[in-house]
Amino acid sequence: MDESGPARRQVVIPGELLDGRGLKPGSGTYVEGDQIFAAHIGIRQEREGFVDVVPLSGRYIPRARDAVVGQVIDLGPSHWLTDINSPYPAPLHATESPWRVEFGDTERFLRVGDAIIAGVLSVDEAMHVQLTMADRQYGRLHGGQIIEIPHVRVPRVIGQRGTMIAMIRDFTRVEMFVGQNGRIWLDGSPTDVGHAVHAIHLIEERAPLVGLTDTVREYLVGAYGRGAAPPTGRN
Amino acid sequence: MKDKEHNPKQLKLIDANGIRLDGRRYDELRPIKIEAGVLKKADGSAYIEWGNNRVLAAVYGPREAHPRHLQDPAKALVQCRYNMAPFSVTERKRPGPDRRSVEISKVISEAFASVVFAEQFPRTSVDIFIEVLQADAGTRCAGLTAASVALADAGIPMRDLVASCASGKIGGVVCLDLNKDEDNFGEADCPMAIVPRTGDVVLLQMDGHLTEEEFHSALDLSIKATKGIYQLQRQALLRRYATAAQEGEEPPRADIREPPSEVNDL
Amino acid sequence: MTEVISELMREHIQRLAASGTRTDGRAFDEPRKLVVEKNYIKTAEGSARVRLGNTDVLVGIKIDTGEPYPDTPNSGVLSTSAELIPMASPSFESGPPRPEAIELARVVDRGIRETKAVNMENMCIVPNEKVWVMFIDIHVLDYDGNLFDASSYGAVAALSCAKVPASKIGKEDYPLPLENWPVSVTSARIGDTIVVDPNLDEERIADARLTVTTDEKGDLRAMQKGLKGSFRLDEIRRIIETSQRVGRSIRETIRT
Repeated sequence: MDESGPARRQVVIPGELLDGRGLKPGSGTYVEGDQIFAAHIGIRQEREGFVDVVPLSGRYIPRARDAVVGQVIDLGPSHWLTDINSPYPAPLHATESPWRVEFGDTERFLRVGDAIIAGVLSVDEAMHVQLTMADRQYGRLHGGQIIEIPHVRVPRVIGQRGTMIAMIRDFTRVEMFVGQNGRIWLDGSPTDVGHAVHAIHLIEERAPLVGLTDTVREYLVGAYGRGAAPPTGRN
Repeated sequence: MKDKEHNPKQLKLIDANGIRLDGRRYDELRPIKIEAGVLKKADGSAYIEWGNNRVLAAVYGPREAHPRHLQDPAKALVQCRYNMAPFSVTERKRPGPDRRSVEISKVISEAFASVVFAEQFPRTSVDIFIEVLQADAGTRCAGLTAASVALADAGIPMRDLVASCASGKIGGVVCLDLNKDEDNFGEADCPMAIVPRTGDVVLLQMDGHLTEEEFHSALDLSIKATKGIYQLQRQALLRRYATAAQEGEEPPRADIREPPSEVNDL
Repeated sequence: MTEVISELMREHIQRLAASGTRTDGRAFDEPRKLVVEKNYIKTAEGSARVRLGNTDVLVGIKIDTGEPYPDTPNSGVLSTSAELIPMASPSFESGPPRPEAIELARVVDRGIRETKAVNMENMCIVPNEKVWVMFIDIHVLDYDGNLFDASSYGAVAALSCAKVPASKIGKEDYPLPLENWPVSVTSARIGDTIVVDPNLDEERIADARLTVTTDEKGDLRAMQKGLKGSFRLDEIRRIIETSQRVGRSIRETIRT
């Protein structure tokens, strides 16, 4: 089945009929009678017997197991309240941190204004969110900078099986963490970070395309005057 | 719908050949242009020129609803604020909401509340802002039409867009889309808004004097016009997201749970 | 929406400043791209839409007849107001004007009034009874820093294309004569660095801010310091010199 042919790749708007042809309603759709409609603006896509509408826009809504870049905005005696660029405030409980935190002593470990990488532990039906930092990959961020892109572009920044972000890292040697919530932390030399940020903006703005990967590669080759280092997957 | 004015000049709003003062026939819309995604900060936005109306619409949301005690634990609040800039009308309007703006805000909020899938976002609000920059009657219809586009641009899930239009009666003739003079000196005005796919009417107001038959003619004119208006809304959105259609297959979301990166500074 | 800026980003901007750069690559004394569209609104007697970088402000002038103030019976009336409408920023709320909006309106007003950009004596129709009343309404549409300058440019541009509706008093409409062109230039101090035309990120971490309005000769007509930090005298001198220099090229843009 040719999934990437132009006829199949269609921008749909809310309320638009998605030709079912025996497909089941996937994400971003709703059903009325026996017909499937788009629920939000996005790309109509068929996958494994489902028709989905991949979102082109919208605020980040947290899901369990997402890794996010957050910012502490308030603290209580046993938790820190974090902004994760979402409509829902996300508390990080002291018991979910890598430290032994005495009651009332939270400010010693994280202060208002600190930037962190955390995981979404749980989201319940009423959209109460809990974060966790109880994993080695999580923790407080030092140095570097944070940029924000629409979270719907995050899959493109990472690429199929991580190939896009690997390419950016290979060329620029920049340390990067891409949060599911559209926030990206970068650290490296100013020039290299500048190139990485530019590459990300190309992806964000859907720069003129041969294929998006080719466009980004062309920019990086031009910036570094060489081919990519042999792909390692990680730096 | 403005307060009806006394017509001192006895303006002939529609002549014997059915031609109105601006050259339109009874069933003709004023020219409309819509552009989506015109503001940077808002989550979604749209700008509309409808005859001499110029209206900007923007959406923030879903976002945390404030004040807390007004939050709905089951769904998002859908709130619209309609406002006219002081320079949007011939006689300067003092800044701030007046009773007319408050009423219009309310009926537009209700129109959108019936199409937005609010249950997906408990405890939040979807805030819609309509700002009239230049007014020539029909601003609530123009604003609602633009706000629909702004909501879609913001990625808000909805059953459908909402298209809006008004019809009325001038010089005894039921006509589509009254401009300011026609609204001021005509006999009736009837703004409405409709869900294009289902035909559900989500906004309906009327003032003036119409027989039942005239009312149905007016509604009919408006409903027909909304088909074209819907296409303009749709085209505005497709233009905005045109490049999106060119990319290859979307990477599945499962790919993007990042392998732990070498953030060894932690 | 939180207004807390992360310490990490604050340090990043400060580091950039200390090494001679800004987040958007501009030089310290370089303002953002300025786009001015005059006569934007037909229902206004004068109007202009100004884009300074991503900050977007629409200014409308409404002119009508009215009574003079009792203490200036031979003078027209000028009144400036600003609305920070909620669509412009997640941090703007509906409601009565906040101190920020009032300060903005008063600073823009001061620049215009003190330069005598409009000759208010010429705005008198019948002494003691009837004068032209001018309202300058600043409508902020998109907020990415430095509303003072964007609003001021919009107000002057709107005045420069305004028409006095003299047909209301049985005469012919005529263009509002603009006798002076005040230009405001705002600088912000980030640590020891002074930057011109701060964008939103810079504004949020700046220690102090100074707006200087100059006329064609480079003389000072209005100044306003903002934020909670301070300036040294030599910094103020530098800012004035920059405002005069940058102001000259911006004046050219607004004039055309």
